[in-house]
Amino acid sequence: MTMNRRALLKGLGAVGVATATGARPVTARSRRPVAEDAVGMLYDATRCIGCKTCMVACRRANHLPYEKPGHPWDDPVDLSGRTKTVIQRYRGREGQSYMKRQCLHCLDPACVSVCMIGAMHKSEGGIVAYDPDRCIGCRYCQVACPFDVPRFQWDSPTPKIVKCEMCRHLLARGRRPACCEVCPTGAVQFGKRKALLAEAKRRIARHPDRYVPKVYGESDAGGTQVLYLSSVPFEKLGLPHLGTEPIPRLSETVQHGIYKGFIVPAALYVLIGAAVRRHHRQRSVDGRKEET
Amino acid sequence: MNPHVHALPEATLPRSFRLLRILVGAGVVMMLWRFLAGLGATTALNDGYPWGLWIAFDVVTGTALACGGYAIAILVYVLNKGAYHPLVRPALVTSALGYTLAGLAIVLDVGRYWNLYKVLYVWRWNPNSVLLEVALCIMAYVVVLWIELSPAFLERWRQSASRALRWISQKGDPILQRALIWIIALGILLPTMHQSSLGSLLLIATHKLHPLWHTPLLPLLFLISCIAMGYAVVVFESALSSHLFHRRVEKRMLASLSSVMVGVLLVYLIARFADVVVRGQLAAAFRFDGYSLLFLVEVALFLAPALMLLSRRARSRSGSLFRAAMLMMLAGAWYRFDVYLIAFNPGRGWIYFPSVPELVISMSIVALEILGYVAIVRRFPILGGLTAATVER
Repeated sequence: MTMNRRALLKGLGAVGVATATGARPVTARSRRPVAEDAVGMLYDATRCIGCKTCMVACRRANHLPYEKPGHPWDDPVDLSGRTKTVIQRYRGREGQSYMKRQCLHCLDPACVSVCMIGAMHKSEGGIVAYDPDRCIGCRYCQVACPFDVPRFQWDSPTPKIVKCEMCRHLLARGRRPACCEVCPTGAVQFGKRKALLAEAKRRIARHPDRYVPKVYGESDAGGTQVLYLSSVPFEKLGLPHLGTEPIPRLSETVQHGIYKGFIVPAALYVLIGAAVRRHHRQRSVDGRKEET
Repeated sequence: MNPHVHALPEATLPRSFRLLRILVGAGVVMMLWRFLAGLGATTALNDGYPWGLWIAFDVVTGTALACGGYAIAILVYVLNKGAYHPLVRPALVTSALGYTLAGLAIVLDVGRYWNLYKVLYVWRWNPNSVLLEVALCIMAYVVVLWIELSPAFLERWRQSASRALRWISQKGDPILQRALIWIIALGILLPTMHQSSLGSLLLIATHKLHPLWHTPLLPLLFLISCIAMGYAVVVFESALSSHLFHRRVEKRMLASLSSVMVGVLLVYLIARFADVVVRGQLAAAFRFDGYSLLFLVEVALFLAPALMLLSRRARSRSGSLFRAAMLMMLAGAWYRFDVYLIAFNPGRGWIYFPSVPELVISMSIVALEILGYVAIVRRFPILGGLTAATVER
């Protein structure tokens, strides 16, 4: 195979251009359809009385240790390697509200997109589940999550990622997530996402004065399976404006745009190989000339 | 021993090398502590900043600084500039050591290192994961680098007193010669893939990385800057070894290499600036707040070496060449720290500053790299004086 330098550089240039243009989402990856059986939770902040029973139930159901071992009472203030859900309070100009922090179980989750060998994965009912057996502890899920949800057991030499898995071990036994089972006011409810979304919209329609006219999670970050209703703006509760694009869209579009199913690297490899070979041939010819 | 290799008695190594050994010792102690007590006890990492100094410096900056072998290979093999051949082996040594030690940093950093081998489970691969690609590429590249470097070992072992080593040399050489072309090609392909992907890693952090840094061009910018850093390291390394081993510097070669470096830098700067303009972030760049200043210093650090080496006169002076190379390395490191730590803001009041064990371990890894470089260069035919014939044969 002979190849002159110009042709080679042209080839490399073409790959370079493919790389550069691939960096712009030309054919953005398509949105995933919502599964029919997608389960979810609806948290209505206006119904929450801040009793934190859900937190106690969550801790029991998931066999989590107290936030500060040795303390006479349990008082987590944030999600952590020991706490999968927490009730926080907002008080400000917009009034006051409680907020239940937990995994939102995105329809198209960033943590699942980035996880190397599927420790984070979409499980039955669309639940974002965690399999420690496949987890390397790289913590890319934490970098990727826009909700600051996955937590790491920093104080353990054999750490795991900790996050709400919607009590899938209870669901398997026909029960509901622990927090939804114990909530005395029905502020957090479990059900099919479709039904919960309809219910949320019904509540807004019935009491437009009581709610911000939006169900958070309907389409935020591509949609989540945990939905929120609130009387104060959602960003005050730590639910940021994320737009309606699924978070992994850009990175997956760029990555697959550049690699095109590994065709580009393979082509590049052949081109580089040809270049190296040409270089070697030329040098061995030069070497012989010098000898004679 | 190869007559071209300048052996160096132990005593002439500078006193500062003792400090390096002490650092390595301290680092090993800290590493043991990290494995026994966990990451929380030894690092300042937290749920907002799950990636800290070890990732930003040892892995991301470290492998970029280890791109000497890659950058020189592009020049020699792809652009067919055989004149640079004498730079190949020393560059490969820094690359092989840099990548191997980045691998060590990864083992230290991941929480569940005993599961690391599972990234080889093909049937579980998640093709959407940029990190998977980076992990596989880096693993493969470490192997490729040592194979690329192995002719130096085999040459040395040909005259070894040990029969086993002589046997390895005899048997290994012909196999190596046949495979070398495709190994070298892999040595160019793999860094192209994972160095750009080290930029893509942060694409997912749309809402955490400041818009001056978060761009679809992250992979391209990481790729171009790692090549510039690779050339800078080669200049730096040859200056250092000329100092340590009292050898003449390859002035003419380094001067022409630095003109290549200027070109790469200018391409980088154009891409970086055009991207900021196209995405409408120019105002943010000149707002003169913290992020703006961070950005401006970063750009200045890239611009300075380009300007310094613009004139032929400056390029031929080894002093200014050395300074420009240092600035270039700093620029690339600055950019990577910005993307991975400083312009990365997870919100909710999270802060991060590396802990003492993190710092000591990072420094010990650098120390190990320098000691390893000196050890290899002193024992094996690496540094110049190699004629084209001995390299190629």
